[in-house]
This record gives sequence, C-alpha cells and structure tokens, in this order.
Amino acid sequence: MEKKNGQIRIGFYICHCGSNIASMVDVAKVSEYAASLPNVVVSKDYKYMCSDPGQEMIINDIKENNLTRVVVAACSPFLHENTFRNATFQGGLNQFYFQMVNTREHNAWVHLEAMATTEKALDLVRAAIYRVAEHKPLERKKVPIHPDVLVLGGGIAGIHSALTLANAGKKVYLVEREPTIGGHMAMFDKTFPTLDCAACILTPKMSAVKNHPNIVLWTYAEIVGLDGFVGSYKAKIKHKPRYIIEELCVGCNDCIEACVYKEARFLDEFNQGLSKRKPVYMPFPQATPQIVLIDPETCIHFKSAKCSQTCVTSCERNAVDLQQQPRFEEIEVGTVIVATGFKPVDARKVPYYGYGNFPGVYTALEVERLINASGPTQGEVVLRDGSHPKTIGIVHCVGSRDKHTNQWCSRVCCLYSVKLAHLLKEHTGADIYNFYIDMRTPGKMMEEFYNRIAEEGMKFIRGRVADIYPDRDDPQRKRLIVKAEDTLIQEIIKIPVDMVVLSTGLEPREDAQEVRRMLNITCSTEGFYIERHPKLAPVNTFTDGIFLAGCCQGPKDIPDTVAQAGAAAAEVLALIDKGYIEIEPNTAYINEEECSGCKSCVPLCPYTAISYIEEKKKAFINEALCKGCGTCVAACPSGSIIQNLFEDEEIFSEIEGILNFRNIQREMSYA
Amino acid sequence: MPNHNTEKQWTPKIVAFFCNWCTYTAADLAGVSRIKHAPNIRVIRVMCSGRVDPQFLLDAFAKGADGVLIGGCHPGDCHYIEGNYKCLRRFQLLQKMTTDMGIEPDRLRLEWISASEGDKVRVVVNDMVSKVTKLGPLGLPDKFKSWDEEMKIFEHSIEEKEVFEHV
Repeated sequence: MEKKNGQIRIGFYICHCGSNIASMVDVAKVSEYAASLPNVVVSKDYKYMCSDPGQEMIINDIKENNLTRVVVAACSPFLHENTFRNATFQGGLNQFYFQMVNTREHNAWVHLEAMATTEKALDLVRAAIYRVAEHKPLERKKVPIHPDVLVLGGGIAGIHSALTLANAGKKVYLVEREPTIGGHMAMFDKTFPTLDCAACILTPKMSAVKNHPNIVLWTYAEIVGLDGFVGSYKAKIKHKPRYIIEELCVGCNDCIEACVYKEARFLDEFNQGLSKRKPVYMPFPQATPQIVLIDPETCIHFKSAKCSQTCVTSCERNAVDLQQQPRFEEIEVGTVIVATGFKPVDARKVPYYGYGNFPGVYTALEVERLINASGPTQGEVVLRDGSHPKTIGIVHCVGSRDKHTNQWCSRVCCLYSVKLAHLLKEHTGADIYNFYIDMRTPGKMMEEFYNRIAEEGMKFIRGRVADIYPDRDDPQRKRLIVKAEDTLIQEIIKIPVDMVVLSTGLEPREDAQEVRRMLNITCSTEGFYIERHPKLAPVNTFTDGIFLAGCCQGPKDIPDTVAQAGAAAAEVLALIDKGYIEIEPNTAYINEEECSGCKSCVPLCPYTAISYIEEKKKAFINEALCKGCGTCVAACPSGSIIQNLFEDEEIFSEIEGILNFRNIQREMSYA
Repeated sequence: MPNHNTEKQWTPKIVAFFCNWCTYTAADLAGVSRIKHAPNIRVIRVMCSGRVDPQFLLDAFAKGADGVLIGGCHPGDCHYIEGNYKCLRRFQLLQKMTTDMGIEPDRLRLEWISASEGDKVRVVVNDMVSKVTKLGPLGLPDKFKSWDEEMKIFEHSIEEKEVFEHV
C-alpha cells in the first residue's frame, strides 16, 4: 500500500490509558511507527485520549493540519468509539472518517509479554490506518421513537420504573407473569436495615400502579415475542386464562366461599406452601389487582368436568368464565425495561442440610411468611409439628459461595439473616445461632444494623455448617443437630436446635436464557443479564432500547434495586424525550450497475429487506428494514452489494494492514 | 523481537473475524477479566459472522496469515437471527476447498463464543495457536513468488520453443 494520496491526511493517536496500555505497549514506538505509514500526517501519544485535552488535541489537529481522517488506538470501541467520532465531527469532519483500534481489552490487558503486545499493536494500528483511507462519509439516520414503554416484571424494580415513567407522562405497559404484582418484596415481613415493614412501603406503590392513568397493568401475562429495534419494538403478549373476566371481577371473594371445596386443601404458593388455598383463590389479601383466579391443576371442573360450578352461580357479576382461552395481544413500544427478578436457590440442592426431609428445616422465605402478621400463622412462629422453637440455627450462604451450587455471593443473605435473627428473637425469645462464613454488610447503615442486632444477644459462629441431622439422644423433642467448625476457636461444634433457617441465595430465573433469546440481550453463563458496561452503562444492554433493572442483572438489595430501576427509567426518558434515535448507518445497498439479478441474496435476508424488481431485473434493499448484518454482502457473487462501514475494500485493506508486517522488521529496530 | 517468517523464532500470525455482538464482546470481556492468552491473533470486527465473505479468508491466507479464525454467536443466539448458520454453511464448503488446495484444516477454524465466554476466547486462541505452530508457517506470499518464478521460466521455455519451431 504505497499510495500517498494527497487527499487523505490521517491523524493518529495512541492513548496510554494511564498505565493500562502504556505498561504493555511501547506507545512512543507505535506512534513513531505510525508516522512512517502512508497518508499519516500527525502521529501522537497521550496519557488520556478520552479526556477533554485529548479530544481537544484531535479537534485542533484536524483544523491545523487539514486532517481528513482520524485513527485512535485506545480501549474497546464499545467504550469510546462515539467519544472520538464526536471529536472528529467537532473538528469539522464526517464522524465516520474515524477508526478505532482496540489496544487495551484486546491487547494490553490480555498478553504477558510487552514485545509481542507492542508488535500486535503495530499490526492493528497499520490495519486501521489502511482501513480509514477507504472510509466514506456517512450520515446517521434519524428515526422517530415510539414513546410507549414496556416494563417486564412487576416486582419492586418494575413497579418503580413504571411509576417513574408514568409520572413523567409516558404510557407504560407493565407486564407481570404472576396474578399479582409485588414480586418477592411483597412476601417479606420487614426490610433491613430500617426494619420497616415491606408491605407498608410496597403496597401503596402497588395501588399507585393500579390506579395510574398512564400505566396499563397486565398481570398473569407474559411476553412471547419481541420484534423490531430501538424506537419501534413490537411485543407479543400472552394473557393467560384466569377463568375470571378481569373487567367484571371486583374481588369480593364470594366465589371462593362458594367453591365446592369447603376446606382449603391445596398448597398456597404465596405462603410458600405453609398454608392452604382453594382452587379459586386470591393470591394474598393485598394482591394487586384484586382479581381472583382459578387454578386448572386443582379445580374439579378442569380435572373431571363433573363440578356443580358453584363459583359460577355465586358470582353476581357473572365474572367466572370456565371457557376462557389464552389471549394474545400485540403492542408497539419504543423501549423495554427488563425487571424479571430472581429466584431463591432451591434448598434441596444442598441435600445435607435436610430441607424437605426434616420438618424443622425452613428456608428464609418460608420464615418471612411465618413471622408475617398476614402470613399463614398470623405471625406466630409455630413449627410444622405445632411446637414453638426455643433454639434456632440460621445457616448462611446456602447455595452461595459454593462451587457445588453457585460461586457468587448473593449479597443480601448476611443482612436478611441478621434481620431474621432479630425478628425471630422478637417473636419467640429463642436462643439464636448464626453460622456464617464471613459477615458481609456493605452499604449505608448496614454494618451499624449488624452491630445493633449482634448486641441483642445473638450468637455468631464463624464456620460453614457441615451437616444437619436428627438428635438421636433426645427423640421426643425431635431436635436437629447443627454441626460446624467454629473456625475462630478451631473446634468442631454440635448445637442442638428446634428450628433451622437456611439463608438461601439468589439465582437467575429458570427461563432467563429463553427470555434472553427472545429479547436478543446477553446473559452470563449462570443466567444473569449482562449490562453494557459494568460501571459506565450499568442498566443498558448491548441491544439499544432494552434496559435492565433489579435482580435479573445480579443479586442486589431493595435500595440498589430501586436505584437501578430509577436509572433505567431515566435512560428510557432520555431516549424518548430526544424524540428520535440515531441509528448506525451500517445498512447495505445494491450497486445497480453491477447487479446481475441472480436473486441469490433475496432469500438470505432474515428481515425480508431484499426484494427483486422485475422491471429492472435487479435486487433492491429496503433500507428501513435492513439491520446491517452483511450476510447478503458476503453472498453476492458479483460483489454488487455494499455494506456501509463494512465495505469490502475497508475489510480487505484491514486484512492487508494486519499482514503487511514484513516491512516492520526492516523499519523498526528493537533495542 | 520474535521475527516472523525468518530464521529466528517463528510464531504464527492468525487473522480473526469476530462478530460484534458475541465473540468481539467476549474478547472484550477476556480483557476486562485480564484472561491472558497468546498474542498471535489480530481481530477484525464485523457485525455478524454472516458478513465474513469467503474471499476475506482466502485473501488473508494469500497475504500471509498462518491461520484464520471466525467467531460467531452460538446457534440460535445470532443477533441477526441466523447469520451464523449462513457462516457455517459457507465455512464448511470453504474448508473443503482450502483443504483440497493444501491448506491444513486446522488453519481455518469457526467457533461459537458467546459474550459471556471470555475464558473460551483464551481456550480457543491458545489451542489454535499451538496447532498452527505445530503446522509451521503457511507462507503463501513466498510460495506465490516462487510459483511466479516457475511460471516465468515455464513461459520463457515455451517462448523459446515457439521461436525454435518457427525457425
């Protein structure tokens, strides 16, 4: 590549990134080398290219040296491509006369040998310098944004996002899979560190959602498909049959009274199976909306069709409809907030703790219900055998920080264990033992909370519980022995208790992968959705217009969840209020002169953006439908499809740049 | 300084085409997680593995790459619905062809690496580098040169022959 086109004047900059890049890449050498490459007029290295002075330098150089192209070697283009495109634009050039070299994430951070890292930087820089010469001026297309928002999940995250957006005057569709909103928070008794009751702070927000004129609340509904792109998504929502006509039900509960089952005999999901419900039921007294539902799994009508259907006849408003079918609805929205939450680890995954075998072993969520005033026992802590516990062991990190279950720390368990210790003490006066690995209490007022509760006479034993088994010496009392090593005194201890509470961790929902595919977002191998950047874009996803809030992104407590939900709402507002979205101009178009009309490309396009025009005998790409994947470009036998930003010439010169390394050895002499 | 394609320590040069959404992001994640791997790959970003024109691979080999790696989203996960399947179809055909041409199959590789699989980037790159290192340099540009020489001699001899016959 020896052409020295007078028209092309490239400015090259390499960023030290403090010492992130400079410690592994000989930046001065790279800059010196770049200066020797064709068309390069300016070549500099600088400590922080992304800083104001760094950008100013680019802008001034463009003006002073009549640069026509800019190349910056720095971090990943996902981080600062837009920053430098903007600087290029500020300097008076088309923003796409810019190319970025990823010399931090792809280079300095992943290699051990400075020499090889520098050499790789040279190759990548040469590739970018060759490539940028081929760049064409492009314009970002502006498309209008649909102002409506879809929020998936009606837990505290979804509720807070929906209310924030609705208060700003935006129309929100809040879709919740369960028959009521409230999520896990509605099941909790009190919340740490303030010990205010979860219901007292949550239920007003739930009814605000229900009554807000800007919120369309759909419970017992789920998303089954999402098409489109930022600004204009089409979501398909499935309304599952409640067998109750929602508009008619007023929540009077007459049908529940009238059910042919006189006694409630099926496990109540909301109370974690600690109480019973009928086939027709209200999830819990403060359920929002106040609409009953019928569970076809337990209802006689659905099992045998031999029911006298007293529920139907009891309803004055004729709201019971046993023939109801799933209903599908398609809505248009511009943005989506994913707040689908978590699920507690199944305590059976740790079999030696005996959950499911020993009636005295409870999960933390069960205990939340047990101590809740509206729970199955109205807040009286009664064990499954009817007795009251005198000694209680709380086992931390069940399904957390354990390579056999989940490796991560679930963040909330230490604090909710401390909270449960306090509440159980308050309710029962029992002796309480906490078995912990480490006490992790980050966050405002959390350590203070722990210290306060610890002074209430709780016993904290530092050691992971090894085994829980029945006390054979005392068969009457049906006590359990909790065996652990107290690592502070280095002794194995065995403590007999009446009740064991397993502080189960948080994990992704089972269908996280399925939802991820549907929404085209990414998740980690364990199933938590991945944010665009862990620090700088914590609620964005890699798919524009889709945002994350709450525990679907990773375990977090209520304050953090609400903060994140607010942030997601703010990001959505920033998009909507701008009124339009600028989309990457990487779409493809047909060079009609070259097109032979072979139609190879037509069936390849997954978006049916390509059609064949009979009169002209040429293919045609509808730019509005093209998403810019480039599959047709790679397939065109005559090379007559061109993808903006990824033109054949651009990629061929990148290849040439990478491989034109033979000259370096001659040009560069390494000491 | 490891000196390529010369008498000194030779290490392979591998050109990689990574899709923007999965594998490029995975390589970024490898960076953020400081997962060290062999420094022999040079990544070219494309929006989708479906954009990888077989000509790119042939061109890379012709210009001196010792191996070419394509990274895309796992089947079913493509950001553009099915671009990775199209890449797979082309890849299989092309690998047959390059093998017939005498380029060992290990020099051309297609891998599905999702955005969360930073460590898979390390595993794949290291494995490919070690395999290609064993195969040695491909050195097509030098071969082209010597073939050109041969052709010249061949053409020359034909010319001579023609001249001779004319006489």
